Amino acid sequence: MASLRCFLRSGKNAVSAVLRREFHRTSPAAVQVTVRDALNQAMDEELERDERVFLLGEEVAQYDGAYKISRGLWKKYGDKRIIDTPITEMGFAGIAVGAAMAGLRPICEFMTFNFSMQAIDQVINSAAKTYYMSAGLQPVPIVFRGPNGASAGVAAQHSQCFAAWYSHCPGLKVVSPWSAEDAKGLLKSAIRDDNPVVFLENELMYGVPFEMSEEAQSKDFIIPIGKAKIERQGNHVTLVSHSRMVSLCLDAAAVLAKEGIECEVINMRTIRPLDAEAIETSIMKTNHLITVEGGWPQFGVGAEILGRIMEGPAFNYLDAPAVRVTGVDIPMPYAKILEDNSIPQIKDIIFSVKKTLNV
Amino acid sequence: MYIGLLQIYFIVPWLASCFRQSGARVVVSARTYADFTPQATFDIKKCDLHKLEEGPPLQAMLSREEGLQYYRTMQTMRRMELKADQLYKQKIIRGFCHLYDGQEACAVGIEAGINLSDHLITAYRAHAYTLTRGGTVREIMAELTGRRGGIAKGKGGSMHMYTKNFYGGNGIVGAQVPLGAGVALACKYLGKNELCVCLYGDGAANQGQIFETYNMASLWKLPCIFICENNKYGMGTSVERAAASTDYYKRGDFIPGLRVDGMDILCVREATKFAAEHCRSGKGPILMELQTYRYHGHSMSDPGVSYRTREEIQEVRSKSDPISMLKDRMLSNNMASVEELKEIDVEVRKEIEDAAQFATTDPEPPLDDLCNHIFYNNPPMEVRGTNPWTKLKSVS
Repeated sequence: MASLRCFLRSGKNAVSAVLRREFHRTSPAAVQVTVRDALNQAMDEELERDERVFLLGEEVAQYDGAYKISRGLWKKYGDKRIIDTPITEMGFAGIAVGAAMAGLRPICEFMTFNFSMQAIDQVINSAAKTYYMSAGLQPVPIVFRGPNGASAGVAAQHSQCFAAWYSHCPGLKVVSPWSAEDAKGLLKSAIRDDNPVVFLENELMYGVPFEMSEEAQSKDFIIPIGKAKIERQGNHVTLVSHSRMVSLCLDAAAVLAKEGIECEVINMRTIRPLDAEAIETSIMKTNHLITVEGGWPQFGVGAEILGRIMEGPAFNYLDAPAVRVTGVDIPMPYAKILEDNSIPQIKDIIFSVKKTLNV
Repeated sequence: MYIGLLQIYFIVPWLASCFRQSGARVVVSARTYADFTPQATFDIKKCDLHKLEEGPPLQAMLSREEGLQYYRTMQTMRRMELKADQLYKQKIIRGFCHLYDGQEACAVGIEAGINLSDHLITAYRAHAYTLTRGGTVREIMAELTGRRGGIAKGKGGSMHMYTKNFYGGNGIVGAQVPLGAGVALACKYLGKNELCVCLYGDGAANQGQIFETYNMASLWKLPCIFICENNKYGMGTSVERAAASTDYYKRGDFIPGLRVDGMDILCVREATKFAAEHCRSGKGPILMELQTYRYHGHSMSDPGVSYRTREEIQEVRSKSDPISMLKDRMLSNNMASVEELKEIDVEVRKEIEDAAQFATTDPEPPLDDLCNHIFYNNPPMEVRGTNPWTKLKSVS
């Protein structure tokens, strides 16, 4: 039995439908859940399920989380399981990795991934590579999570996307959820995974509500890491994206549909390991590829996807060069007009689709 | 204790009474500048010392001119920050906005103890320092509102403002400290008898890179004044919950340190002068902890009352406000009149209003500035836009 999720519209009010034969039906007990609440639920459920899981980071306990993702958790689980750290990323990331090595299952929160740069040695050299270096003796079951990428008006030092940086490194899994369901299912998977997972959230998505099916509300709802999802079916062009940019792709697709151009929108969900097969299958249908990301172009997520497609079976199915829509190759400016023009807008996606399709 | 020409209180009325006797009417309400005490000496709190035999003096001299200038600058800072609060709530300022009100004595006192040719670097609570280091209220506010007249042309925002010998404005906690020591290295290297004041907060004080910096600054005897602005809270975490030792002035270990009353501008100034003398005499770095307080929350998105009580904030405001303290000192020693200070308030208010007006009406930066300032002294180059067909231009 095949159950397909299809036709998700843009982020604001996503409707999920379970296809049974020819009938589209919304789940009877679906509720609206924000990405923030979904993440909160995921952590709450996993903390309850496994004693070894704990959360540490700046302001996660008594402040309820800088972005309120861990609201209520300290009250429920106390000092032992929800730990406020000083502002010392290199130190507490190292402590978290050490705890993971010794048998605990930490969730290490970076207030934003920009601050993870202070700790990146611990993430890469201590977490990612250790299982390999020890020839299988020492696993590191840790999750590093926090908001990634551009926000609104936070300027150059607080707006960088780290998807490409972390995905470059073997030994790490890198996950980038879009919807509330993604957030919940993938975070639970990440926590249950015995490997280091970098979990890239997005501040602008935290408050966005999505419909969560009854299935997704269950305490054992897991989304497998490493599998992309087709959010919208189409025949003319494949749009591949992750995180907030999925919303823009869906919005662009809705506009293009009015002109008779049907976009297939793929939500990557995981950056590493990359679900190249899903992208290839789609290209074999649509013959056109556009990747959309918020990060910088050089050596970015799109660059990797294009490289893989060139090297793989789908290349021969392309009717036009595959193309990347990315952030502008500059540090993020502060002024609103400049910031707006530094990241992909819906019109950029539409423009690129039309150029690729030569219409 | 003060030396004053208090007999003026007696002479003028006597003169007036003389004139009245001769039938002429004398208006005594407008007092001339000769009426005021030109200079007074004040007792200031003793600093706690670490690895120092002696500390700053226990008395500070304040001239009338200095007092009025400090008052004006602190009041300007206060009003500027409150205006920023207003503009942020109106969504005209976006992103992060970390306000300095309550801490004015630190910024003004430090600058009073060094020269403009010295160097200074701080973290993100930087608007006040941008002012003391030569920025204008107009440029600062226009930067906050993201306009082309901003001190960083609208591209930096609240946390990234720079002037000559002022290296920002830094968003990553603690990162400015090694930078500051590097500036000090350059000062020593270039031999111009300049020093660098390197500021950080109580939250940053636990950062590893700061201890690395202490070590190198001390080894190489860099002319660096490390200053910890301890306002008791690192975002929402009180000092007791973040630091195993809250004696921040001792945390430099082998670096001598002072703990200073950061709400008293004279205390801050004398300590800074002392520290500057220490550095300039080639003794190497020194550390100052300024005990201060911020009235606002950590940033505009923090109400500031979930981790501290309103009573605490109110108590500091009523008992230790730096501007009130200076004002009381000047008034009770006849160094200024109530009217005079009120007039300064009016002028400051007007300056802030004008600046806010500019900041809200100045246009945003032009789009062709988007890609500029990537590289310095570089030939113009092409920059990729959001898609392969959009090629943008970048000039230095």
